[in-house]
Amino acid sequence: MTAYLIRRTLQSIATLFIVSLATFGLLHLMPNGVVRGMLGQRATPQQIAYVTHKLGLDKHIWDQYWIWIKNLLHGDLGTSYIRNQSVDNLVKETLGQSAYLVGLALLLTIVLAVPIGVLQATRRNTVTDYTITTLSFIGYAVPVFFIGVILRDIFQVKLHWIPTANQIDSFSSAFGQPEQMVLPVGTLVIGLVAGYSRYMRSAMLDELTQDYVRTAIAKGATKRRVLYRHVLRNALIPMATLVGLSLPGLVGGALLVEQIFNIQGIGLLTINAAQQNDFVVVLGTTMLTALVTVLGSLVADISYAALDPRVRLT
Amino acid sequence: MVMSPAFPEQGDPTIPTDQMLGLAPAEKPRSMFRRGLEVFVENKLAVVAVGVLVFYVLFCFFGPLFYHGNTTDVQMGEITLPPGAGHPLGTDKDGIDELGKMMRAGQITLEIGITSGLLASVIGMLYGAVAGYVGGWIDAVMMRAIDALMSIPIIFALIYLSATRGRTKTVFILAIALTSWFSLTRLTRGDTLTIKVRDYVAACRMMGGRNLRIIVRHILPNTIGTTIVNTSLTIANSVFALSVLSYIGLGLQAPEDDWGGMFATGSSYLDQNYWWMIYPPGISIVLIIISCNFIGDALRDAFETRLQKR
Repeated sequence: MTAYLIRRTLQSIATLFIVSLATFGLLHLMPNGVVRGMLGQRATPQQIAYVTHKLGLDKHIWDQYWIWIKNLLHGDLGTSYIRNQSVDNLVKETLGQSAYLVGLALLLTIVLAVPIGVLQATRRNTVTDYTITTLSFIGYAVPVFFIGVILRDIFQVKLHWIPTANQIDSFSSAFGQPEQMVLPVGTLVIGLVAGYSRYMRSAMLDELTQDYVRTAIAKGATKRRVLYRHVLRNALIPMATLVGLSLPGLVGGALLVEQIFNIQGIGLLTINAAQQNDFVVVLGTTMLTALVTVLGSLVADISYAALDPRVRLT
Repeated sequence: MVMSPAFPEQGDPTIPTDQMLGLAPAEKPRSMFRRGLEVFVENKLAVVAVGVLVFYVLFCFFGPLFYHGNTTDVQMGEITLPPGAGHPLGTDKDGIDELGKMMRAGQITLEIGITSGLLASVIGMLYGAVAGYVGGWIDAVMMRAIDALMSIPIIFALIYLSATRGRTKTVFILAIALTSWFSLTRLTRGDTLTIKVRDYVAACRMMGGRNLRIIVRHILPNTIGTTIVNTSLTIANSVFALSVLSYIGLGLQAPEDDWGGMFATGSSYLDQNYWWMIYPPGISIVLIIISCNFIGDALRDAFETRLQKR
C-alpha cells in the first residue's frame, strides 16, 4: 500500500510537471508575443519594451519558467497587469462560489444516481429500465449550455418561479440565496446523474452475478438483505473512481454554468480573462484546475484501494 | 509430350462442378463490411441519425443555392421580426435573416466539427500505434503525457488555445483536434499491443520488414475499425467544443459565426423571448451531437464485437 501511495503520488507530480510545461510553453510560443496580445495592435514599441521588461519576458525562456514554477510552489500565481491585482486574490474571491456549486452538484448527483442505478439494475430490461436509459441518454448527450438556457427560459422567464435579478459574486451571496443556486446546480446535476446512474446500473449488474450473491441467498438471506448489505456496498466502490474521472468534465461544466447564470466563480473569471487577453490569469486558473483535478483523481484512486481489500496494489 | 498442368484449368471435366452435383450455386461469402452494414441498418435510431446528418449537410451546403436570405446587410426596418412571411425563421437584432444565417453558420460548424474530428482521429491513431508498438519506457512516457493532458479540463485547454493563438477557423480546427484525440489513442494502443505479438507481424519482421512498414501495413489496417467507430464520437465532441467556445464568447471573429455563437446571441435576449433566435441553432447543435452519438454506437455494434455495449 505504501509503495503504491508513493508511486501514485510521484505520478501525480510528474503529471503536473507536464501540464505546467505544456501550458507555459503554449503561452510563450505565441506567434506575436504575449505582450502584443495583451496591449493590442496599437501599442508603441516603447510600451511593449516596458511591459516586456516588467513581466520578465526579456529573460531566457528557461529562467522565466524557473521563476514561474518557483513562485507557483510558493503559492504565488502571478499578478494580472490588466486588473492590477494578484491572481491569488482573484482566485480567493471566486473559488468559494465554484467549490460550493461543484460540491453541491456532486453531492446531489450521488444521492440521486445511486438509487436510480439500483432501481434500473433490479428492474433490468423492464419499461422502467428502458425509460430511464432513454432519459439518461438524452441528459448525457444534450450540451450543458443548452440545458442551462432551457431551464432559465422555463423557470425564470416563463414561469417566474425564480427571480433573475441577482448576481452571485461572493460565497455568502451564493450561500445566502439558495433559490439562486437551484437552476445552476440543477443544470449540472442533469448531465451528471445521467452518466453516474448508467455507471451505477452496470456496477450493480456486475455484482449481482458474483458467487457471493448465490451463497448469501443459499444461506437464507432475504432478497432485500442481499441487495443492500452485500451487492450495493460492493457496487458503490467503483463510484469513487468515477468521481475522480469525472472531475475535469465537472469543472468544465461548472465554467459554463457560471457563464449562463452569472456566478462570479473561477470559470467566469477565466472566461473574462481570456476575452481580455489577460494571460497571467488564464495561466493561473488553468494550473489551479489541473492541480485540483489531479489531486481529485489521486484521492479517488487511493480511496478506491482503501475501500476494496480485493484490489491488490503493486 | 504435354506437361500436365500443376493446377487444373477452368472447365477441367475431371472436377465436378456444383451444377453437376446438383447443388445450388454457392452464395458469395458476405464481406465483413456487408455484414456490418446489415447490423447497422437494423438499428432504426442510427438510420434516422444518418438521415438527420444528411439533411443538415444538404441544408447548409445546398440550401443557399435555393434560399437567398439577407445575411449581409443591416436592415434597421426589419429587426427582431418573429418568423413570418419573407423570413421563415425571423430576423436578428440587425435585421439579418435567421434562416439564411443558420445555413452559413451551419457550414462553419460542420466544417470545423468534421475536419477537427478527422484530424483528431488521425493523430490519436498514429500516436497510439507508435506508443503501443515501440513499448518500453517510451510508451510509458507517451502515455503519462496523455494522462497529464487529460487532467486539464478540455474547456480550459480550448480557452487557452483560442485566446493565445487567435480566432481563425484553422486555429479552431487545430485546437479542437489537439484536445480530443486522447481516448482514441488509448484504444489504438490497446489494439496494437495485441496485434504486434501476432505471427504475421513476426513473419513480416523475419522477411526484413522495417518497423515503419509493420506499423503502416499491419498495425494500422487492423486498428482502423476502432478509429472509424471513434471518429463519429470525436466529431460529436468537436461540434460540442466549438459550440462551447462560441457560447462563452471565444468563438470565431465576427462576422463569421457558428451555431454556438448564434445560440449565445439569442440566449442573451432570453428575457425578451426571442425564441426563434435561440432554439433553431440550439436544437441543431443537439441534433448533430445526438446523431453522431447514435451513429457511433451503431457502428460499434456493427463492426466492433470487442467493444459491444452491455
